[in-house]
Amino acid sequence: MSKHDWKTVPQIVSSEITPESVWLNRRSLIKAAVVGAGITTIGEAVAQPKAQKDLNFTTAAEYTPFKAIEDLTPYEAATTYNNFYEFGTEKSDPARYADAMTTDPWEIKVGGLVNQPGKLYLEDILSGFDLEERIYRFRCVEAWSMVVPWIGFPLSKLLERFEPKTEGKFIEFKTLYRRSEMRGTRSFTSIIDWPYREGLRMDEAMHPLTLMTVGLYGKTLPNQSGAPLRLIVPWKYGFKNIKSIVEINVTDRQPKTSWQELAPQEYGFYANVNPQVSHPRWSQSWERRLPSSLFNPNRVRTQMFNGYTDQVADLYQGMDLARYY
Amino acid sequence: MPATINDDASLFLPDPPNSWNPAIRVLVFLVCLVPFLLLVNAVATNSMGPDPAEHLMHVTGEWVMRFLVLVLLATPLARNGWPRLARYRRMLGLYVWFYATLHLLVFAQVYIGWSGEQLVEELADRPYVLVGFLAWLILVPLGITSARVIRKKMGKYWRQLHKLTYVVVILGWLHLMWLSRSDVGDAVFYGVIFGSLLGYRVRGPLRSGLR
Repeated sequence: MSKHDWKTVPQIVSSEITPESVWLNRRSLIKAAVVGAGITTIGEAVAQPKAQKDLNFTTAAEYTPFKAIEDLTPYEAATTYNNFYEFGTEKSDPARYADAMTTDPWEIKVGGLVNQPGKLYLEDILSGFDLEERIYRFRCVEAWSMVVPWIGFPLSKLLERFEPKTEGKFIEFKTLYRRSEMRGTRSFTSIIDWPYREGLRMDEAMHPLTLMTVGLYGKTLPNQSGAPLRLIVPWKYGFKNIKSIVEINVTDRQPKTSWQELAPQEYGFYANVNPQVSHPRWSQSWERRLPSSLFNPNRVRTQMFNGYTDQVADLYQGMDLARYY
Repeated sequence: MPATINDDASLFLPDPPNSWNPAIRVLVFLVCLVPFLLLVNAVATNSMGPDPAEHLMHVTGEWVMRFLVLVLLATPLARNGWPRLARYRRMLGLYVWFYATLHLLVFAQVYIGWSGEQLVEELADRPYVLVGFLAWLILVPLGITSARVIRKKMGKYWRQLHKLTYVVVILGWLHLMWLSRSDVGDAVFYGVIFGSLLGYRVRGPLRSGLR
């Protein structure tokens, strides 16, 4: 903590704070979502949506980087508009098809350059860490963004248990790859080399903002959001936030990541939100803060490091961020 | 999914080409308008989810591709037993322009917020935007010269100008191909269709000595 100065508060973008209404309504929203999902799955021969469980957690203090002050994206939007290509490339595919994924039992292999390699099980994740709520801005490289109340624990707490060796410089993550339950991985025109892989530098992984996430809006993650365990690194583009993690390795080399492998000229290893670095597909200087509509697109300017500059800029001191994008 | 003109068996009555029924023409016109009406309804009822921008771009873009296929199909079909279809080429071509214009308007509204500065950035930094925009620009003179009066006045130059349709098809496909990220399904699908329909035009004249 000493390295990062928490006294600096991120810039206020909107003065209206109305998450309470959404928050108080969350049960009805969740109920509506479950009912809605139930209707869409009729005749599609997929399992019924799995019930999300309530979580016990502490909330973040006001006016800290852990609690963004912008309006929350409605639960319905955050859980029906997702990228999770293992279930298809349409935004609605994950909500429609991810229930086919078995998340219990679940085990995560932690290895590589650690003194105590081992496994974590679903039970350990949900009960073995103090859970905190973090309200973060979430910026997708596709130029849309959300504000989501995640629940989780710092990745550093998980890594400490396995005692990374000093030569460990990077962390590699892998998503579950189970063809029988993931229809997107069976698409023969897909050119992704499964399983999905992501990575972080050790100092990024140990940063207090970096969250191992088990829930959102007070409950465990729905499958489409990356149940049961996913990464959230709020100053990076969405694709860094790998979902449904089954493997974590500490390495001494920069790990290969899926999107970088597929199109290195488009997706870098760092993938820090940066309005100055253009992308061949989407403008990175603006974003649509969802929900958006045709006549009120809700475009807002994209902030450097997604508004977390005061917390993370020193990680990249002296680096040419146009080169290391 | 709305019916395309090929589903409408009544189009293919064995009448001689000159005795076509205007009612069918109106029907075809309305059928082609259905995707637009569905989008209007979706916007009015806000039923496109939290990010209509993406959906609107996707759907309008897809209809441009579909109408391009129909336009390219009309000539070979007209020459091979469906002569009446030649009469719909103009309408289908104008629908290409119509859906391409909607595509561009949505882009202006939700992606760049009518900002000239943003448009310059898009054209300079994103080749797929550039080729899409070029394709739309080419459609402008094609659309305008579709008016019967102008067509008559242009004589043989009209034919030459409207060969630019093939350039539009190629640019449109490039636009789609550059947009493919992890799944090349659409690009391959339209690549095969456009490839065969353009191929027919190259090989057809060689084989049969037709124009």
